[in-house]
Amino acid sequence: MLKYLLKRFFWMIPLLVGISLISFMIMHLAPGDITSSEASFNPKASEESRQKLRELYSLDKPVIVQYSLWMKRMATLNFGTSFASHQRPVFWQTKDKDGNVTLGMIQEALPITLLINVLSLILIIAIALPLGVVSALKQNQLADRVITLFVFIGFAIPGFWLALMLMYWTGVQHNWLPISGLQSLGHEHLHWLGKTLDTLKHLALPVFISAITGLAGIALFVRNGMLEVLHQDYITTARSKGLNEHRVIYGHALRNALLPLITIFGLSIPGLIGGSVIAESIFAIPGMGKLFYDAVLMRDFPVIMGILTIGALLTLIGNLVADVAYAWADPRVRRGVMQ
Amino acid sequence: MVKWLHLRNLLQVMTWVVLTALMVGCGDSTSNKSIHKIDYSKDYPANSGGTLIDAMTGEPSGLIAMIAGESAASAIAGNIFNSLLKYDKNLELTGELAKSWEISADQRTITFHLKPDLKWADNTPLTSDDVLFTWQKVTDEKTRTPYGSDFKLVTLAETPDANTFRVTYKAPYAPALDTWAGLHILPKHLLKDQDINTTAFARNPVGSHYYKLEQWKNGQYLKLTRNVNATQGQAKIDHLLSRIIPDKAAQFLELSADNIDSMGLNPIQYARIFPARPELNKNIALYKELGNSYTYLGFNLKRKPFDDIRVRQAINYAINKQEIIDGVLLGLGEPVASPYKPGTRWSNPALKPYPYDPAKAKALLKAAGYEDHDGDGIIDKDGKPFSFEILTNQNKEREMTGVLIQRRLKEVGIDANIRVLEWASFLGRFIKPKEFDVVVLGWSLSLDPDQYSIWHSSQQAPGQFNFISYSNPRVDKLLEAGRLELNPDKRMKIYHEFSAILLEDSPIVFLSAGYGLSAIHKRVQGISNPAPPAGIGHNTYEWNIPQAYARSEMSEH
Amino acid sequence: MKHALRNPLALIGFSIIAAILLLALIAPWIAPYDPNAINVKAILLAPETNHWMGTDGLGRDVLSRMLYGGRISLLVGFVAVGIATLIGIVLGAVAGFYRGWVDTVIMRTVDVMLSIPTFFLILAVIAFLTPSIWNIMIVIGLTSWMGVTRLVRAEFLSLRNREFVLAAQALGAKDARLIFTHLLPNSLTPIIVSSILGIASAVLVESGLSFLGLGVQAPQASWGNILTDGKEYIQFAWWLSLFPGLAILLTVLGYNLLGDGLRDAYNPRSNQN
Repeated sequence: MLKYLLKRFFWMIPLLVGISLISFMIMHLAPGDITSSEASFNPKASEESRQKLRELYSLDKPVIVQYSLWMKRMATLNFGTSFASHQRPVFWQTKDKDGNVTLGMIQEALPITLLINVLSLILIIAIALPLGVVSALKQNQLADRVITLFVFIGFAIPGFWLALMLMYWTGVQHNWLPISGLQSLGHEHLHWLGKTLDTLKHLALPVFISAITGLAGIALFVRNGMLEVLHQDYITTARSKGLNEHRVIYGHALRNALLPLITIFGLSIPGLIGGSVIAESIFAIPGMGKLFYDAVLMRDFPVIMGILTIGALLTLIGNLVADVAYAWADPRVRRGVMQ
Repeated sequence: MVKWLHLRNLLQVMTWVVLTALMVGCGDSTSNKSIHKIDYSKDYPANSGGTLIDAMTGEPSGLIAMIAGESAASAIAGNIFNSLLKYDKNLELTGELAKSWEISADQRTITFHLKPDLKWADNTPLTSDDVLFTWQKVTDEKTRTPYGSDFKLVTLAETPDANTFRVTYKAPYAPALDTWAGLHILPKHLLKDQDINTTAFARNPVGSHYYKLEQWKNGQYLKLTRNVNATQGQAKIDHLLSRIIPDKAAQFLELSADNIDSMGLNPIQYARIFPARPELNKNIALYKELGNSYTYLGFNLKRKPFDDIRVRQAINYAINKQEIIDGVLLGLGEPVASPYKPGTRWSNPALKPYPYDPAKAKALLKAAGYEDHDGDGIIDKDGKPFSFEILTNQNKEREMTGVLIQRRLKEVGIDANIRVLEWASFLGRFIKPKEFDVVVLGWSLSLDPDQYSIWHSSQQAPGQFNFISYSNPRVDKLLEAGRLELNPDKRMKIYHEFSAILLEDSPIVFLSAGYGLSAIHKRVQGISNPAPPAGIGHNTYEWNIPQAYARSEMSEH
Repeated sequence: MKHALRNPLALIGFSIIAAILLLALIAPWIAPYDPNAINVKAILLAPETNHWMGTDGLGRDVLSRMLYGGRISLLVGFVAVGIATLIGIVLGAVAGFYRGWVDTVIMRTVDVMLSIPTFFLILAVIAFLTPSIWNIMIVIGLTSWMGVTRLVRAEFLSLRNREFVLAAQALGAKDARLIFTHLLPNSLTPIIVSSILGIASAVLVESGLSFLGLGVQAPQASWGNILTDGKEYIQFAWWLSLFPGLAILLTVLGYNLLGDGLRDAYNPRSNQN
């Protein structure tokens, strides 16, 4: 096991370097940099000053030189500062000589995105699990068809369309939920319970939209997994032993069908930190998706590289954790018996 | 086993509980509903207090305008900082921090006299030292600002006393006064030991204008509070809150739900949606003012046949500009015949845009050798059809304009296709290397008439603004003279002549100048309607929210 | 296939797709107006006898734009998936057949590609290139081949050791023959299922890109950009949102139902009851 873990860790480094190199190259494929935004195409801003800016950010040097400068900084875990946001640190906060703390951009955006994605995942499981089980048990009957249809509709509906309609219905026609934003205006003055409720109210719609599109995948997965398992011999054995049907389903079938779910979790880690660009834009949520989108449009290279690198790192770790968790959870693998 | 069942059920129950709680717990409907019943047509005496909430699509990168540059930054910083001069409601220059100024006989020196007893928001006196400091910063090589070039023309800047600031230029520089109306004066006592490019001051500024920054929640909103030491007097509204809402559709929903007080509208919302929605009109008033930019069709003068004035004029006649204003702007715009804001002294009233005259267009094209020789509907010359690409960037109105132009050109036999490009590509791959035929873009209508950087023949290098490669010696002379003449009446004559030549030459086709459209809740009173030349924003310090109309803080979402 | 169609949901899916494909094919003949014909006197009209689906912000007939837009949206789907499937088959076959270091390299590349959130990747690349219809198709294709690769590889790995393959090998069949005549045809169904589901995703991605301004560009119509154009008037000009939204919904739903139905039919285990 240890050897396996070490081998995986060892592989992560060249993979990360490879990913960062590819990302860097792609970014520099495109023409333009931070100085070519529409705002700077303004007769009051001279070309010499734009050129000066380029030199200050090392944008006039060859791509390989820029990449090695970036790598050198990364070696000391310095993600650099943003080109577009007045030198805000990309990743973690910094303190200047007067003691003023400037929060890092990823530091602020990541928790928000994580919160939405985790809540969304919980919601998905809470709904998809029972739906998938029912679907499997009542295979090809009405319940199965209806559930499949419902789940697919959720997947098929364009997210921003549903978002706008819900925002209109819940926020304009009725005053049930806030329309956009992360917190209400008097948020700091609330009791911690009030703060939690306030944040949850603001996240209700984004989480719902995010969940409804992810529902289909998990529900189907659970359904197919259950079906696969239900037809296995040991289930027939358990039934013929006279076991209570409930015990058969939940005690044996479900547990085993859920094992691959762990792999799914591992695979959805990049999604966890990659906030939905569309949902965040519509709901005015300052998460990772919006951060990335703005950075791409402004050609804010340090931020783009920072997000891609962290994303890659978390994915690799997530995959590793998922594989290990699966190996541990599945007794067959644990005991080294090959299928 | 049984445990599993319980766990799963528990999760389900919890989810439903939470969802229900959210639904029920949000029954704040009472407070908002009562607001909807208020009659906003009553007039109240001007009152102090209240919060004005508006929405921005972008977030400022910092609040030091000389470094930040984007419009969100200038909009907010403009409420925090003062300049020496400002434009009054008729777009004439008047003093802001300066109570008066003199120009020397040789027109090279300007002396500003500051108003007495000026203070910063932190109660420190504001003196000419601060002005000198600001000038030093904007001209410092190390400062990452794109706006330094105008200020570098000053050869000597002095502070003879605490209330006087004097600058001397190498040669008379007429646009100087306009530049001093745009430079936010920064506090020396807070910035002298700081690196202006990285200082935390940019996120926590101290200024001297009506408002100071109270709170900045990254990605969410910026809150400004009235500055009791304001140099220009006291504003009536206590707080300005700018919420960051990137999506315009979401902004409109927030406006409809009375969560924000003001937003910018597009022509369709202004002219079609609001009139059809009585419930919106009851509480929200619409305002329009002539905007600050014009849209144009620019020719690459280095490419045939755009170097032929007949071809350019023909295309100018072929385009129906009123149709563009009616179609793209729904009538909410004005035609322009010069690069100046209509109604200001720089705009030559004698000039009229080219009328829509396809017959004349065809005649001019024929004179230039273009006719449909092969009967395929497209005119040609020397066997080559007249066909080109119109490039524009990702801007709905420009795209629509392009499509309308394409149709009109087709009627005179010109085959044009439209290509929409992302901005940085556009700039880097097409404009800089001058790899384009025709573009549809916009420029700002200047308040200062100097147009040197756009039209002078020396400004054609890659990255400079005369990317259409216009070169006319008479225009060059006029632009140079205009920069040296500080007398406004004499200057006016120069630029009127310049505009006349430009119209005749037709290196670009002036298409339209759109109105700035806003929707502001009726609770905000004191807004000038109709808007003066400077726009409705000229007197925001006089806007007020009567007590009876103010929102209660916590019902805001 | 017949077996799949006994599933009522798959049947519904199939009918929806067939109907939409048919409409898209005959669009040039049935569209009442030129989809790009601007009419400034008919801006934002509600559905009426002259314009069954109303008009948009430039007076263009929405029904015609929907028909032509359908062609574009579906074309994006087909070409993007075509590219992805082609790459996936090639890489998956090579990885599954030859194994060894080739397999490792290919699978590690798949891992690298999967560690960047797909939408971010598409977004970044499109933003950097010009958002033309071809770029969109290519970029979606180049970012969705990973699933197909894994699928094909898995199929090849499992089929490789079956008797008919071993027999063919024993008879001296060359690699290429093995791949094309024996392995690939038997892996076809999961590839088809994956393609069908991929088309659905591609249509959704295009609408997402349109929302961000990076989808099919004006003046070409696509369901995504009609929907995006109408989003600011969602309370007022409901027709600009309803019709493209429904069209996207039905198309994606149809493909998913059909693909899922096929998958169910193909999987022998899940049909025993």
